[in-house]
Amino acid sequence: MNSVQCIGLRKNYGDKAALDGLDLEVKGGTVCGLLGPNGAGKTTAVRILTTLTRPDGGSASVAGFDVVKQARQVKERIGLVGQHAAVDEILSGRQNLVMFGRLYHLGSKRAATRADELLEQFGLQDTGRKAVKDYSGGMRRRLDLAASLILAPPVLFLDEPTTGLDPRGRNEVWQAVRGLVGSGATVLLTTQYLEEADQLADQICIIDHGRVIANGTPDDLKGIDHLDVVVRSASDLETTRGILGPESEVDVDNRRVSVPVKDRLATLTQVARALEDAGIAVEDIGLRRPTLDEVFLELTGGASK
Amino acid sequence: MTDAWILVGRELRHWARQPFQLIVNLIFPIMLVLMFGYLFGGSMIVPGGGDYKEFLLPGMFAMTMAFGVEATFTAISTDANKGVTDRFRSMPMARSAVVLGRAGADMLDSAANLVVLMACGLLMGWSWHNGPVKAAAAVGLLLLLRFSLLWLGIYLGLLLRSPESVMALQILIWPISFLSNVFVSPGNMPTVLAKIAEWNPLTATVDSIRWLFGNPGGQDSIWLAIAWPLVIIVIFFPLSVRRYQRMSR
Repeated sequence: MNSVQCIGLRKNYGDKAALDGLDLEVKGGTVCGLLGPNGAGKTTAVRILTTLTRPDGGSASVAGFDVVKQARQVKERIGLVGQHAAVDEILSGRQNLVMFGRLYHLGSKRAATRADELLEQFGLQDTGRKAVKDYSGGMRRRLDLAASLILAPPVLFLDEPTTGLDPRGRNEVWQAVRGLVGSGATVLLTTQYLEEADQLADQICIIDHGRVIANGTPDDLKGIDHLDVVVRSASDLETTRGILGPESEVDVDNRRVSVPVKDRLATLTQVARALEDAGIAVEDIGLRRPTLDEVFLELTGGASK
Repeated sequence: MTDAWILVGRELRHWARQPFQLIVNLIFPIMLVLMFGYLFGGSMIVPGGGDYKEFLLPGMFAMTMAFGVEATFTAISTDANKGVTDRFRSMPMARSAVVLGRAGADMLDSAANLVVLMACGLLMGWSWHNGPVKAAAAVGLLLLLRFSLLWLGIYLGLLLRSPESVMALQILIWPISFLSNVFVSPGNMPTVLAKIAEWNPLTATVDSIRWLFGNPGGQDSIWLAIAWPLVIIVIFFPLSVRRYQRMSR
């Protein structure tokens, strides 16, 4: 059964379409990464699915309930982590969790036990009594995540959960999200970073201009990994380009030629041998994940840029 | 209703966690009272004669109610700005609880402010002279004024959603508060200013509570002191509700 389903979802702001017929299906117990640049409609999609915004057209359901007609049932079954750490900064971490627990209609005793459980689960037990304004970015986001999990909701929405965090904070959040996946929850996560989606998601949906332009497992998208060759002398760039083929792109300033590759190792060995035969001095050669920009170029033929 | 109470409890926890902030908020109006009462008090003319401190304190009570708009604005815009309001809206709680909780917390806050300021006034020699019933009626008028301004604060907070713009709000609230009969009688002002001051909603409340407390300079404009807040509520309550609903656009 699909935990999250959107059919032809539309939302306009003025005469600009934020969502232009978005179709999305997320199976129960899986993690779906919604990947796209700023303004692609990721946040709008999450806001509609979490009942915060009304759609202008199409339909959407979460855990089998319609987000417009059965908003209450949806709210009882979701957790939301937005782009800000949506917690009270004056209160302590524990006071926040107890307050949200009581607003979820847990008794005050149950709310307190649940708060302690969550603080421990997210490694915040030592700082639970400190005011949130003294927390680091990563700690805030973990507290935010804990607050969304008070009812152990079957469906969890994470809207760019690591935006604005330093690498350490990002790792902390990734760890926390991985911990959840084992528990059987369905997670819909939006991100601008392919790496993040790759690290966490079973299924990736790339959206642009409010519609899905590609959909698949991270491995499907790995088909378009890039091979980079950096040469020592700029005069070798043209020869290298000839070896890598017509799809390759030359970055003169960095003396780099890159090309999307499908069969990763085979191409790498082939290219390495050809470069050696041509007597080109190579400074660096390697496979890397494409940047989001490159994936877009691949998928849209440059139309989205 | 339970949800709203939990949010009032949140405000009480804020007090407990930030006692310094609470004290600063309480000291500020007391400072104004001391400054105007003792520093400028000697050169103030009280209409119909009488002690300036007796004249001043009812004005300060009303002004404190007006300043409450800033607290409401800051709380509402901070929550909207940080995504806390969105979190509440994504939870299975009563839709009205966010606003009702704010209303409860702010009324409690202002009532506490009023108690402290009245106690301070009693120490300085201010008092009520017409018995407890009329004094209670005066307090009722003050809280009615505060309640009406609550909706102005909520509306502006949801409209601007940036706690930083409280500075702009202060620039607006201060002259409006001063351009009333809080510190001086409009009779002593230039004609244009006097006209504005006479029509200031604060003036109606201050006139009436001076009259009810039996302090100098008062007159019976109770109907106006009830009508003004009602007008403000009739305008800003629906506007606030509409703003809140428009968050789901």
